[in-house]
Amino acid sequence: MHETFYDVMRRQGITRRSFLKYCSLAAGALGLSPAFAPQIAEAMETKPRIPVLWLHGLECTCCSESFIRSAHPLAKDVILSMISLDYDDTIMAAAGDQAEAIIEETIKKYDGNFILAVEGNAPLDEDGMYCIIAGKPFVEQLRHVAEHAKAIISWGSCASWGCVQAARPNPTRATPTHKVPNMPDKPIIKVPGCPPISEVMTAVITYMLTFEKMPSLDNQGRPKMFYSQRIHDKCYRRPHFDAGQFVEEFDDEGAKKGYCLYKVGCKGPTTYNACSTVRWNGGLSFPIQAGHPCIGCSEDGFWDKGGFYDRLTDVKGFGIEANADEIGTTAAAIVGGAAAIHAGVSVVKRIAQKGDDA
Amino acid sequence: MSIVEKHKEEAVYVYQAPIRIWHWVQAFAIFALCITGYLIGSPLPSVGGEAYDYYIMGYIRWIHFVSAYLVIVGFVFRVYWAFVGNVHAKQIFLPPFWQIHWWAEVWHEIKWYAMIVKEPKKYTGHNPLAVITMHIMYVWGTLFMIVTGLALYGEGTGPGTWQHSWFSTWVIPLFGQSQDVHTWHHLGMWVIICFVITHIYVAVREDIMSRQSIISSMISGWRMFKDDRPADDQH
Repeated sequence: MHETFYDVMRRQGITRRSFLKYCSLAAGALGLSPAFAPQIAEAMETKPRIPVLWLHGLECTCCSESFIRSAHPLAKDVILSMISLDYDDTIMAAAGDQAEAIIEETIKKYDGNFILAVEGNAPLDEDGMYCIIAGKPFVEQLRHVAEHAKAIISWGSCASWGCVQAARPNPTRATPTHKVPNMPDKPIIKVPGCPPISEVMTAVITYMLTFEKMPSLDNQGRPKMFYSQRIHDKCYRRPHFDAGQFVEEFDDEGAKKGYCLYKVGCKGPTTYNACSTVRWNGGLSFPIQAGHPCIGCSEDGFWDKGGFYDRLTDVKGFGIEANADEIGTTAAAIVGGAAAIHAGVSVVKRIAQKGDDA
Repeated sequence: MSIVEKHKEEAVYVYQAPIRIWHWVQAFAIFALCITGYLIGSPLPSVGGEAYDYYIMGYIRWIHFVSAYLVIVGFVFRVYWAFVGNVHAKQIFLPPFWQIHWWAEVWHEIKWYAMIVKEPKKYTGHNPLAVITMHIMYVWGTLFMIVTGLALYGEGTGPGTWQHSWFSTWVIPLFGQSQDVHTWHHLGMWVIICFVITHIYVAVREDIMSRQSIISSMISGWRMFKDDRPADDQH
């Protein structure tokens, strides 16, 4: 058995006092009351670390980059202590055959008791040849490991929705975890975002370790505690939206005053994520705070929803691209014009008819 | 010049008072919804100053939501009235698609608008083409706007509210994501606007050119006829 979180921490010379502080912080990060801190502490003291296999499909490693910047809890604590990150080809020391052997070893030792974390997704076209891991298509590795996992975490928008490699026209047929055919029936947690917020990632793992169950998920499979509200709902610039104060251009007075970025394409009103509350880099900032509109990176198909700087989405399939209002105005103009012409013809006809009758 | 023949002004009571009230409430609410809805998607030019000085988007959205609830309550009432009201109150909800002669009358009405036939048929209720248009564009169009609208509204009221539980939870994933629902809600508005343009134009034209009163009937409730030959619908 792996040693417990507490054992590892003590071995590293961390005092019990610091350990308990960490537990309180973790409770706070999870949105739990302080009363849960002892429960977290107990879990850390008694439960063996969860083995995690972290697989990488088609991805850019931004999820890993985000993850290692977690401040509450610190990523090093998570990786070195809370979980037993047995395999993660980006940050593991082993390489080649030795690295791949770890997967089989973990499956053998902890069959049905480890967590599979998926970063990126599997391209299905050409039998998965667009992503080869250790000489085999990634999709095969994914199915094989999933077969033996307890639960699957889909890290990021790639694994959750498809993201950039699945953007239209999706040349390699990149497919998110839950849509891969013949996947074993395992619970999947989606943690979307490009990348997801580091604290959200570590909090999901902390929750699963502490309570030995999945966090409560919404009907699209995202943890409710981080994805039940939109950026817009908790945005600190929301009062400017309600007032009608907008940035019209990036170098105008409104931009300097920190007005709402809605008119320069902010997707905050349609994006479910915790950026406006948890923020990034240890709570330092988030895109809107830096003066840039939200691009909606945690939403399904956000690459295909028109320009990042347009509020209204272009609708494809009309030969030309136009947003709903442009299409609508054209339709209304046609209908209105047709009515006007029809009225004119009706009048002419009526006059002619009366002429005939007379 | 031809002179309108002398005829009996036999009137039939078609639109009951609740229907008339409903019609005009809908008309004003839809007008307000289109204006405010457009401004929510493409807001007015920015104002300066401090956030506490203004509440422009707030009021625009408030008018949108109040009008939306009027439409919703009105729609629910209208469905109820289709059951308890007179025979005309049922018309727009149940076009007789299964009757062949009804389709023949639709065709006749199309020919009347194409100015191929010289005289329209005479109807106490709606003409068949009007019934189809109202059924598809108004009944289904409004239902579409109510469902997508409540789904978008539920995003703001949040999980646990009835709008979110009954609408947002399934409508948002059905269309893909929230942004898609917004786009479809916009397109829906333009369908309604096209309907309104057609509806008003045709009502005016029919009032002048058809064989029965149209606009005044939605105010008084009574249908007047310009000749005393029998009506072509069975009512």
